[in-house]
Amino acid sequence: MNRIPIGIRLNLKFDMEFETVIGLEVHVHLKTKTKAFCGCSTEFGNEPNTQTCPVCLGLPGSLPVLNEKALEYAVKVALALDCSAQEFIKFDRKNYFYPDLPKNYQISQYDMPIGLNGFLEIDLDKERKKIRIKRVHLEEDAGKLIHKQDGAYSLVDYNRCGIALLEIVSEPNINSPQEAFEYLKNLKLIIQYLEVSDCDMEKGSLRCDANISLRPKGEKGLGVKTELKNMNSFKGVRLALEYEVKRQKDLLSNGKKIIQDTRLWDENKQLTFSMRTKEEAHDYRYFPDPDLAPFTLSKEFITRIKDDIPELPQQKIENYVKDGDLTRKEAGEIASDKNLSLIYEQCIDIYREPKKMYNWLTGPVLAYVNDRKKSIADLNLEPKELAKLIQYVSNGKLNNTAAKDALFSMLDEVKDIDTIIKEKGLTQVSNEGELEEFIERVLKENSQSVQDFLSGKENAIMFLVGQTMKLSKGKANPKKVKEIILRRLRDVS
Amino acid sequence: MNISKETVKYISNLARIELTEEEIEKFSLQLNDILRYIEQLKEIDITNISPTAHILPISNVKRSDEPRSSLKIDEVLKNAPQKEGLFFKVPKVIE
Amino acid sequence: MLNTKTAHELLDLISSGEVSYEDVLVDVKSQIKKTESKIKAYAHPPNNVESVSQGSLLKGIPIAIKDNICTKEYLTTCSSHILEGFNPPYDATVIERLKEKGALIFGKTNMDEFAFGSSCETSFYGPSRNPWDLDRVPGGSSGGSAAAVASDEAIWALGSDTGGSIRQPASLCGVVGLKPTYGRVSRYGLIAFASSLDQIGPITKDVYDTALLLNIIAGHDNRDSTSINIETEDYLKCLEKDIKGLKIAIPKEYFIKGLDKEVGDSIRETRSTLEKLGASFKEVSLPHTKYAVAVYYILATAEASSNLARFDGVQYGFRERNIDKKETGPMISMYKQSRGKGFGLEAKRRIILGTYVLSSGYYDAYYLRALKVRTLIKKDFDEVFKEFDCIITPTSPTPAFKIGERLENPLSMYLSDIYTISANLSGIPAISIPCGFTKGRLPIGLQILSAPFKERDLLRTAYTFEQNTDWHKAKPKI
Repeated sequence: MNRIPIGIRLNLKFDMEFETVIGLEVHVHLKTKTKAFCGCSTEFGNEPNTQTCPVCLGLPGSLPVLNEKALEYAVKVALALDCSAQEFIKFDRKNYFYPDLPKNYQISQYDMPIGLNGFLEIDLDKERKKIRIKRVHLEEDAGKLIHKQDGAYSLVDYNRCGIALLEIVSEPNINSPQEAFEYLKNLKLIIQYLEVSDCDMEKGSLRCDANISLRPKGEKGLGVKTELKNMNSFKGVRLALEYEVKRQKDLLSNGKKIIQDTRLWDENKQLTFSMRTKEEAHDYRYFPDPDLAPFTLSKEFITRIKDDIPELPQQKIENYVKDGDLTRKEAGEIASDKNLSLIYEQCIDIYREPKKMYNWLTGPVLAYVNDRKKSIADLNLEPKELAKLIQYVSNGKLNNTAAKDALFSMLDEVKDIDTIIKEKGLTQVSNEGELEEFIERVLKENSQSVQDFLSGKENAIMFLVGQTMKLSKGKANPKKVKEIILRRLRDVS
Repeated sequence: MNISKETVKYISNLARIELTEEEIEKFSLQLNDILRYIEQLKEIDITNISPTAHILPISNVKRSDEPRSSLKIDEVLKNAPQKEGLFFKVPKVIE
Repeated sequence: MLNTKTAHELLDLISSGEVSYEDVLVDVKSQIKKTESKIKAYAHPPNNVESVSQGSLLKGIPIAIKDNICTKEYLTTCSSHILEGFNPPYDATVIERLKEKGALIFGKTNMDEFAFGSSCETSFYGPSRNPWDLDRVPGGSSGGSAAAVASDEAIWALGSDTGGSIRQPASLCGVVGLKPTYGRVSRYGLIAFASSLDQIGPITKDVYDTALLLNIIAGHDNRDSTSINIETEDYLKCLEKDIKGLKIAIPKEYFIKGLDKEVGDSIRETRSTLEKLGASFKEVSLPHTKYAVAVYYILATAEASSNLARFDGVQYGFRERNIDKKETGPMISMYKQSRGKGFGLEAKRRIILGTYVLSSGYYDAYYLRALKVRTLIKKDFDEVFKEFDCIITPTSPTPAFKIGERLENPLSMYLSDIYTISANLSGIPAISIPCGFTKGRLPIGLQILSAPFKERDLLRTAYTFEQNTDWHKAKPKI
């Protein structure tokens, strides 16, 4: 056994292993037509302060009335995240002063929120993990502040103010930046499946803050945490967390202490920095909002919402693997978009070839989406037509090239596949007589390649097949062509 | 129960109200009077009594998700102490 | 002198074509010109009138509105510096309803700042005065409305009542004032003091006008989540029934020390009048009543501290321009200094108290406990109304007090509302009607309470009493 120098031993002692503890707070805008407590539009991107009224401006004397859709959407998310259904919910006021908050209190929920104690599953390398969800509650969003870089003032736009906001708070049982990333991806996917939010981080319809601390492995208590803000993408969240893990580890390994603070992620410099505000003790003085009567959610209401929840991605993945011979990863790709999964399911109902369907959807179909910069939802894709197309490939009516061509035309021109084939004359030519004519010409015009083949260069055959395909404008059945050419050349020799 | 001048200062900061020294002094005394009076509530047995936050037996008051017209922009801004374009203007928020 | 008449008398005159609403306006204006410098009933006196919708129910009869109810045509400032110049871009629901029925909104009346007070002395515009004795307060917080009606500077008025703010000034000024059941009248557009207690109600010269006005303002409003969605009744029709066989309770806790002897005597006399008219009486106990003021000052100030947070100089009202930057940065300094200067002493005192009782560590001891005692106070009333139709009490323990008398002792001022507060805490309707005078010619008020949404019982009791007495006809010499 080697002797370890004493200095290194000491170092090892400090180089203990840490466990990362992360909790995420996610805010999503609910996709209601109007705001949470008034009838103003929630449309994004209009002139400042043009979507406001006495209620969302918090003018003296105005009163809130809850948007029933916001409540339904919120309950839907809570149930989809396996929260226990709450019978009694109420709204509370969270009191703090900020110029984007016109009443200087936010209508939120304190001790009787929409949902409690849910969970969400994520896929890790070797296992799946349940991330526990502490609470889901409904509140109103604040307005937007524009800080003048040069000037000594700020500007306020209240258009966003009052939009229904759902806050989803995880328990601190996320243990790595990657887990956080997976959690966010799955959460977003579930909410998108429910069609209650766009979850568009760029438009601010999804925002995420993170709490992170480290503790020596095996320890139960929590370490001092920092709060991270200002991440503009899920990748940004992961990077910020990775940065913070390293920063905290370095500090702790050197025997230093973590200071509890709020840190902002700087996307350009790829680091977090302290906001350095004089942290005031938060004393939000929550109390029940006297302007809003409480809500009792009946069993019938809960059942109705539950029945309205579509099959969620995790379940779809299970089904695809079980019934469709797809790997978990492949199933995940299909399930990663609700519309894609719907097309997939309808196609295999018509033509039960899951693998082929998977290949076509993740291949040519997504290629088309990317090429045309569209979303799957915007595609004019009839599952019936796609299924037919793939069937044609299988039974030899179309070759692959022609099929891809047909798919693009079908989507561009919004016509059924048979019309496209007819118009473009894409049917594969397998008729030997027709093919002979093409081949005759090709062999004549490419005598050098014929010689090459005959003298043993077997690859030359592919060139000849290619030329025949070209001449047939892609319609020839390549397998047949190769067969005939081989036969002819053998005859020659 | 005693509200010290320090407590009055802490509370006035929470409430974002600047008080003069004289007001702090006065409030500290007067609030102590009032709180002493309020102390009498401690003599009541409130075990098993549920709180009444809403006096009416009303619940589930909602509206449908139908848009209503917003205010005209000049109505929105007409009372603004300061504005710039269509924005409300306030002192610098972040240092 | 048309301004001395009631609204229903004027309606008759206008309907028969004897006078026009313009004649009424002329007389009201001339009375304002004559006495307003002494009374100071208005925070924002009537404007010149452009047009009125004719032919409808109220035929252009003017109404004075308390300065905390939002009106497009008038500034709405809660008689506070912090709402300086605030012109709401919308009308309160009650204002919409009044306009629909052809009423003319005619001036905004003075009040205690944000309705914080029982004397009208905390107004930024200075105190209003009692028409019966100009050295005395008109009561509060709807003191301007009560003084305007009592001095015939208004035909009738709207006030708001959070702990007695309609009934106590009505009592001190010798007019009729009703606080409807919580949820009966929409609060939309009423600048909130304590949202769980506030109600708008009429202040009028007689009970008939109160019923007439209630008919217009009562009813469900889908903009107010606390407005109840049940049928209203025709309150004028309720007046037709007499009170034979009516069961009235008198709570013994209301006739103890602190009650002025003349006030007590007057209420006892009232009792015998009502007995003669066919009502039966029994003494009852409302054991938790004595805690009402304490509960009220926790709940009302807590809610107020949050409701008044919006007055911060950002969107409207007063903003301190010369910000002394200090260590907190310009925005927070703007908040603190605008609010420090914009609010008067009583407003600041209540905001501080309300913030304190909600602050971390005290919620259970104060707010939650108060909510639980509120349950007990409500239960006391529920018990009594199982057996009785009405309860009668004095409205105020004393007649109008001298200006300045209670200003330096907030607790003594708070105790002015000792008889009125429980109605707000338990949500029940209550009316104050004139029932006598002190030897010094100061009005005394009788309070009648009934079960929730049973305004009809207290209205017919009040009306029957009024039809058999002349107290409401007395006019002050100003």
